[in-house]
Amino acid sequence: MSILVNKDTKVIVQGFTGKEGTFHAEQCLAYGTNIVGGVTPNKGGQEHLGKPVFNTVKEAVKATGATVSMIFVPPAFVADAVMEAADAGIDLAVIITEGAPVKDMGMAKAYATKNGMKTIGPNCPGIITAEECKIGIMPGMIFKKGNVGLISKSGTLTYEGANQVVKEGYGITTAVGIGGDPIIGLSYKQLLPMFEEDPETEAIVMIGEIGGDLEIQAAKFIKENITKPVVAFIAGQTAPKGKRMGHAGAIVSGSAGTAKEKMDALEAAGVKVVVSPADIGKAVAEVLKK
Amino acid sequence: MNIHEYQAKQIFQKYGVPTPKGKVAFSVEEAVENAKELGGPIWVVKAQIHAGGRGLGGGVKLAKSLEEVEKLASEILGMTLVTHQTGPEGKLVQKIYIEDGADIQDEFYLGMVLDRAKEMPVMMASTEGGMEIEEVAAKTPEKIIKVAIDPAIGFQAFHARDLAFGLGLPKEQQGTFFKFAKALYDVYMDNDAELIEINPLVRTGKGEFIALDGKMGFDDNALYRHPDIEAMRDESEEDPDEREASQYGLSYVALDGEIGCMVNGAGLAMGTMDTINYMGGTPANFLDVGGTANAETVAKGFEIILKNPNVKAIFVNIFGGIVRCDRIANGILEATKKVNVNVPVVVRLDGTNAAEASEILKNANIENVIPADDLADGAKKAVAAAKGEL
Repeated sequence: MSILVNKDTKVIVQGFTGKEGTFHAEQCLAYGTNIVGGVTPNKGGQEHLGKPVFNTVKEAVKATGATVSMIFVPPAFVADAVMEAADAGIDLAVIITEGAPVKDMGMAKAYATKNGMKTIGPNCPGIITAEECKIGIMPGMIFKKGNVGLISKSGTLTYEGANQVVKEGYGITTAVGIGGDPIIGLSYKQLLPMFEEDPETEAIVMIGEIGGDLEIQAAKFIKENITKPVVAFIAGQTAPKGKRMGHAGAIVSGSAGTAKEKMDALEAAGVKVVVSPADIGKAVAEVLKK
Repeated sequence: MNIHEYQAKQIFQKYGVPTPKGKVAFSVEEAVENAKELGGPIWVVKAQIHAGGRGLGGGVKLAKSLEEVEKLASEILGMTLVTHQTGPEGKLVQKIYIEDGADIQDEFYLGMVLDRAKEMPVMMASTEGGMEIEEVAAKTPEKIIKVAIDPAIGFQAFHARDLAFGLGLPKEQQGTFFKFAKALYDVYMDNDAELIEINPLVRTGKGEFIALDGKMGFDDNALYRHPDIEAMRDESEEDPDEREASQYGLSYVALDGEIGCMVNGAGLAMGTMDTINYMGGTPANFLDVGGTANAETVAKGFEIILKNPNVKAIFVNIFGGIVRCDRIANGILEATKKVNVNVPVVVRLDGTNAAEASEILKNANIENVIPADDLADGAKKAVAAAKGEL
């Protein structure tokens, strides 16, 4: 089992024939992802990586029955691509593109929600169900199958966390990189209950960072709803106030959004909080042995 | 990206947000000329720097004659202004704004920012004008009125009523306030602003509203569609190292510790700083080499890190996903040829092509380069190296 995606999930790629889209679609196909086609306007009818190319998402969905779209279009066109996917009846859009304007994402997400489409990202590594389906840009070889679910704002910390879990002799059910932008799609609060319900997931790792209050919301939610053990790390304990740390959303504004308040809230919710990401693997082993 | 008060007011005026009349000056002579043009009889001389708290720091002064304008302009231009937002080193004042004095009856606060939880912009108003809004939020949160505005419906009269009644505005002033707030909403949305603060928003004796101050920040990701705003960028207000780094696709923030960090990914970069701190060391910087790092960018990274004289050791921590470790290894070789890397460099490379990378580094056999097995090992070694114990 897993959450959201598995080996049967039919995936299309928006921005299929571009440089990034091509490179990563190829990697996903090699991993075993069931990519059934792609969309690039004015290239409909062609074949790319052995898969059909369509002009519109509607055509692609009609012809392939795809339910998930992986989006690689340039930042200026992300909102349009997301809304097109929602309009065409896609269930989940995974937005890899970095650098989309906040205003665009606000509009696109509101439209997606209205149409019942879930989104992941933008500016994220994507989602992977170990040894079944990779929709994104993560190095697939790290993610061995196992019993740990992972949710992370940061791409490389997703790899770091998964790698440590595997080194401890465990593995991953599904890992979701939710992105570090100010407005993102699925977050801890929506993903935690999915892992709670997934019979194969026995522990959950959540990796957060400074800025915003998604981790605080997650802490409240965990306290009331999650029975599986959760290990958490919050990046940016040593980040100065008012400085943006790489991610658009990673900024401590005034006294809000600090790592400390998030760590305290999670600890109070019964989460095992580690101070260094180097201890994620060990902490997972500890909670699973209990 | 942030802009100066005088630039924010130019934008305000374009949208019909009332401000006092004013003109920017780069010299004392120009300041006096501007003052003559404005006519007086009272002027305000305001230092233009990208930081709040200018008044308390002595950067905003009232003048009652042209002689006084001249005297104040010569004092403020060229001064190093220290405020609670500049840090102890302060900021050099290179331009001043000469503005008409305003008839101030009351001071309010009005601002806009993204409400990340609601995922829509929020307009905030307070009767506590002139105070730091963070301070008001901490001490008397009930004095801040917030209305979230769904861009799908835009700014409506009910939003304005919520704010106006919250501020206790009488009936005859509500219409004027609505126009003001609606124009401010348009400024925010049309320009992809990330933040607007008018502090204080002044109510005059005639019951009119005027933006006495103006602060604006913009969404960097949207600047491509606002060349007019991009043109307002003042490079002298930006940290030169941060700017240089960004030209190479690197994201850099200077800190005050001893261990330089070069990491791929913002989250891991912060996590690396946290780990160094946890192991008893102090990070000298945040540096994300991004997803497309190559030999050139890595060499540049070393150069920027080593500009900081406090750096006693460097920790290169790469978990290769898209970034290939062999490229980073070659970058390190390149850097040691180009830059005089005179401190120990602890290198941890994991993920894509890590084995090839470690082979490259081993064969090169560079002095100063210390390999590490994982994040914990690397941080421990970097801390020891910085203390001269390795």
